Amino acid sequence: MLGFLLQRLIQAMIVIIAMSVIVFLGVYAIGNPIDVLIDPGATAEIRENLIRQYGLDQPLWQQYFTFVGQVLRGDLGTSMVYNIPVTDLVFSRLPATLELVFVSVCIATLVGIPAGLYAGYRPNGIAAKAIMALSVLGFSVPTFWIGMLLIMAFAVGLGWLPSGGRGDTGSLFGIPTSLATADGWSHVIMPAINLSLFKMGLLIRLTRAGMVEAMSTDYVKFARAQGLPDRQIVFSHVLRNISIPIVTVFGLELGSTLAFAVVTESVFNWPGVGKLIIDSILQLDRPVMVSYLVLVVILFVLINLTVDLVYARLDPRVRLKGGAA
Amino acid sequence: MSAALDVRGLTTRFATRTGHVTAVNNVSFSVEPGRILGLVGESGSGKSVTGFSVLGLIDAPGEIAGGQVLIEGEDMRALTPEAQRRMRGRRVAMVFQDPMMTLNPVLRVGDQMAMAVRVHERVSKSAALARAREALEIVGIPAPAERLKAYPHQLSGGMRQRVAIAIALLHRPSVIIADEPTTALDVSIQGQILAEVRRLADETGTAIVWVSHDLAVVSSLADDICVMYAGRIVESGPAAEVIAAPRHPYTQGLIQSVPSLHEPGRKLPQIPGSTPQLSRLPTGCPFRPRCPRATEVCASDPPDLGTGGRRVLCHHPLETP
Repeated sequence: MLGFLLQRLIQAMIVIIAMSVIVFLGVYAIGNPIDVLIDPGATAEIRENLIRQYGLDQPLWQQYFTFVGQVLRGDLGTSMVYNIPVTDLVFSRLPATLELVFVSVCIATLVGIPAGLYAGYRPNGIAAKAIMALSVLGFSVPTFWIGMLLIMAFAVGLGWLPSGGRGDTGSLFGIPTSLATADGWSHVIMPAINLSLFKMGLLIRLTRAGMVEAMSTDYVKFARAQGLPDRQIVFSHVLRNISIPIVTVFGLELGSTLAFAVVTESVFNWPGVGKLIIDSILQLDRPVMVSYLVLVVILFVLINLTVDLVYARLDPRVRLKGGAA
Repeated sequence: MSAALDVRGLTTRFATRTGHVTAVNNVSFSVEPGRILGLVGESGSGKSVTGFSVLGLIDAPGEIAGGQVLIEGEDMRALTPEAQRRMRGRRVAMVFQDPMMTLNPVLRVGDQMAMAVRVHERVSKSAALARAREALEIVGIPAPAERLKAYPHQLSGGMRQRVAIAIALLHRPSVIIADEPTTALDVSIQGQILAEVRRLADETGTAIVWVSHDLAVVSSLADDICVMYAGRIVESGPAAEVIAAPRHPYTQGLIQSVPSLHEPGRKLPQIPGSTPQLSRLPTGCPFRPRCPRATEVCASDPPDLGTGGRRVLCHHPLETP
């Protein structure tokens, strides 16, 4: 167990180092931020000063090591656009994205898994067919379009919900979040549903497939021959068995949703990190881009580690060893 | 003595695109407490479906179309689905073919057994585990307390099948349907399990229906034999009599195709042709196309000949010597 964790940590370090190099090179290849930042009419002297101030006159490898040195001291640099430390910038936006993703993942799970279980339990029923048809829509219709449709229906047409923005925030465990106020909830619910649809569709299909397969296995027949009621068979026997692919996809989806909630955030004008990264790419705000992408990598590594640990809890045949993983 | 299990005219059919296929056709048999009935037949003869029908575990597109299943005189088929469920595991239990598949791989043996106890009895988890440990002891599992904490993949195939038998025994059922429980095991383990089952039937008075395609196993284990062909029981009677003097040509063919130590070097005869598709059965006797004794009269339904415990469904039965 300890060996497994150690091995995973070393792997994670290698991934993070490789990723930081790639991101650094990639970002530097896409353009010179000075051209975007300063007035084209500025004098050559101002231009030179600015370049020196950001260290852009040094060779690339030197810039990289300066960056790494700063990161190791906990300093991710300063945004060229906002002129505030990147750490402050990202962490001021992170709660907004986290709460949006949290609500949407909850919706996707609480609706998707029961719906999938039902669709797999009675695969030929009308309700099951309706669920499956909706799930196809869920992950084949573009998110932004559904988002706009939701706005049309509930904000413009019915006027029940605000069309965008984050609303009032309250404090929950010391973190400012809109989940602490009613106004915040009214703002978060529509983008969260929008963001959840893809994952919901995926979870429905995965759960249904697992359920259909499990219901014809011998251990389910044996459980029925023991006189166990179907409800208990589904929740005590089947759910545990089919949870491994579900957890895998759940983990991957959680990571990508956190990192790339950008479409929904743009449609609903949600001030999260997704919008921040798009803005900083447009403005060639290098420190923000690099720090954000490295943060995303760390996030993925953490999620995958958690998924591996959950596997071992769920399936006794999975043994966590220090060897090949 | 009244029968622990009395099946009368049981018929199970499956809806297909081309109409109904009758997998179990008017099957009747009975087993008394402590006796073992061998239900023998080739693959597809309907013997497993018969087993599942007794427990009422036939899913759509299949349905039990007729007949009675009396367990100690109580008709399973007359009960509500919920009452049937309460019979399963408590009064009539089942053991399956492949012990690798019948236990849930992600739950501890003890948890699965405790669940099986508590579904029919309101007892604490620890009381249920104590019962599970006793059951494991009865089927001859060493160190049962440790096995309860094990996961199925940590046990050998023979051990797992013993666990499955222990689960079937938890509520001291009157009837156990054993669906080819030794087919997937090594021959040596098979022998141990057979001896164990014989002992259990004698000691607990449980009636056992032993479903198998292996005539050799059944002849050494069972008190009575029913031979199934294309969903029908074509011959039945006390095991020794049926083996020594088969009356149905199909039974004779089966017996002759078992290798024997008495005549080494003998070329094994085989029954020509293969098991018929249930959707395309000939009229009259379904064995007719493969039967050496078949005549024109076999195109009509064969009569139920024989008396008492010895029956045969044939126009031209072999004469008893």
